[in-house]
Amino acid sequence: MAETETTSLTPPVQVLAADGTFSPTASAEPYLPYLEALSDSDHEQFYRDMVTARAFDTEAANLQRQGQLALWPPCHGQEGAQVGSGRAARSQDHIFPSYREHAVGLIRGVDLLGIIEVMRGTTHSGWDVADPRNGNFRPYTLVIGAQALHATGYAMGVKFDGATATGNPETDEAVMVYFGDGATSQGDVNEAMIFAASYQTPQVFFLQNNHWAISVPVTTQSRTPLFERARGFGLPAVQVDGNDVLASYAVSAKHLTDARSGGGPQLIEALTYRIGAHTTSDDPTKYRTQDVTDSWIAKDPIVRFEAYLRNKGASEEFFTGVIADAKDFTADIRARTHAIEDPDLSFMFDSVYSEDHPVMTEQREWLSAYERNMAGGAA
Amino acid sequence: MTLSIDAQVATMPMAKALNAGLRQAMAENDKVLLMGEDIGKLGGVFRITEGLQAEFGEGRVLDTPLAESGIIGTAIGLAMRGYRPVCEIQFDGFIYPGFNQITSQLAKLTNRNEGSMQMPVVIRVPYGGHIGAIEHHQESPEAYFAHTAGLRSVSPSTPNDAYWMIQEAIASNDPVMFFEPKSRYWPKGEVDLSGSAASLHASRVVRTGTDATVVAHGAMVSVLLAAAELAAAEGISLEVVDLRSISPIDYTPILESVRKTGRLVVAQEAPGNVSVGSEIAATVAERAFYSLEAPVLRVSGFDVPFPPAKLEALYLPDADRILEAVDRALAY
Repeated sequence: MAETETTSLTPPVQVLAADGTFSPTASAEPYLPYLEALSDSDHEQFYRDMVTARAFDTEAANLQRQGQLALWPPCHGQEGAQVGSGRAARSQDHIFPSYREHAVGLIRGVDLLGIIEVMRGTTHSGWDVADPRNGNFRPYTLVIGAQALHATGYAMGVKFDGATATGNPETDEAVMVYFGDGATSQGDVNEAMIFAASYQTPQVFFLQNNHWAISVPVTTQSRTPLFERARGFGLPAVQVDGNDVLASYAVSAKHLTDARSGGGPQLIEALTYRIGAHTTSDDPTKYRTQDVTDSWIAKDPIVRFEAYLRNKGASEEFFTGVIADAKDFTADIRARTHAIEDPDLSFMFDSVYSEDHPVMTEQREWLSAYERNMAGGAA
Repeated sequence: MTLSIDAQVATMPMAKALNAGLRQAMAENDKVLLMGEDIGKLGGVFRITEGLQAEFGEGRVLDTPLAESGIIGTAIGLAMRGYRPVCEIQFDGFIYPGFNQITSQLAKLTNRNEGSMQMPVVIRVPYGGHIGAIEHHQESPEAYFAHTAGLRSVSPSTPNDAYWMIQEAIASNDPVMFFEPKSRYWPKGEVDLSGSAASLHASRVVRTGTDATVVAHGAMVSVLLAAAELAAAEGISLEVVDLRSISPIDYTPILESVRKTGRLVVAQEAPGNVSVGSEIAATVAERAFYSLEAPVLRVSGFDVPFPPAKLEALYLPDADRILEAVDRALAY
């Protein structure tokens, strides 16, 4: 079969070996200082994030199977890349996700029922980015790669505002955009890197290479390691083991720091794997073999980090507590999913425009009258 | 908008009126940015932005990389940040690389965000024929955008409207496709600097008449006015309506006119199939059926790619083609 990996002469940055032992690669050297500031409770939070996201993801897929959701795009397997990068971003940073970044949304404070609502079909975006409780986590974008340009434009605005590179890490802003290996073939992602380089935006491109764009392997998107492309645009770039949450955190922390302190745009390629299907409508058995998937299951980010924490002496109570809390979290999601109400008919007209629009008014009134008539009431 | 209360009328071509309107909008709001290819030092290939980079700086007038999707997509991000970008697409036929960002993102983001996010982005598009240019430089793509919910689409036909409508488009919190009839960039007209006579989306009767109504937008309005002069010499009185806005369309003056004249001819440079003119014909048939003495007739470009320039005079509707349709309408 075609290779499913593009390889580089430089091994990806890794901190934890597959068995969870702390064993940084030489390429990890510049990033290790960023790990020194992490406390035990930070580590425990990373673990809690990954387990909660995995439980949520599993619950959502089940809800789809039960007919509660139209679709579910699972993040199973990518929690290390998402939690490491998500935790590295600061509160003042701005996150432009694709549509699989459930763990990042969790970290930024989004009520994940919002993602459920999107996939159920009651809204196109279940959370309001203008609400500060949502941690500047932008709505999902389904057109592949389109959000990369929005992120770059936003980062241009951050720079024009003078809201970055002042030397104050507590307030200097950076922008992080998530996309996948398939998206790297889109013009928009390439144009985003061109504009980012031209305007030297405070921005990190976070590429989750999960090896599959639905059924097409990454080797069809690229014959060179994807992060090496970024260097052609003039962006510092690094490849990291995305299933190593500490490595993902460290490279994200460093490159966000560089971006917010005037270093311009950066790119991180996190090597990970989509353990599940592209979405619940997909059938991976038609295009990939289980042995490759199994080899990635053996590199599960949660299992690896759990081994690390156990080696460090984390208590059994901690692990059972996290799992119990995740169960409560998903039970709450399940209950609230069943309680979601369908939107009123005016919902489809009300926010098409910000300002009055005669067509919206006329068609909303017509449909309201029509529905009243069909229901047998007086028009 | 701060204006002198003294009436001030200046005579200038549309190109200068747009430049003046942009300058006014930029002076009033420092969040207004201009973005596009060659719009800085060069002032744009039509010189619409001439002098603005020198006046407002490279941080307000951005010579972007040569990528239309990149221009629109980054303008969207800037709007999310609170800016009011005004993008220049160099020529009508070069807008398509930006089509996805315009239709799937810009048009939908306010709706996707349930109204909590506004998208005050203006996309200026020099469009239309009559300039003898090569392929991709003479097209009328406005129907694609008029068809897309979430966008507003307008087209001025005079220097005065150009001056005011560009400022109103920039002030709009919704995305506005601003179609500039490039063949009208150079003829001079009066600009009343003291105030705008009509709102952005109002259509307007620009010549009154009694025998038939003729409707158009952009450059075709001047063709209608020329046709009306010729018709008057033959004793036929045409009422001319300038649409100004093609999404939404202000039907009130059109319907009032049709109820008076009983006949309607819609003219446009664009191909007629699934066009703005088709929509007007259908709507007038629905709403003024009993007032019509004749079928609504369309005079359009043909349903072919815009031809090589040596054939444009055959492709583009002219006053004679308008009058031929008027004669057919009057024959009923």
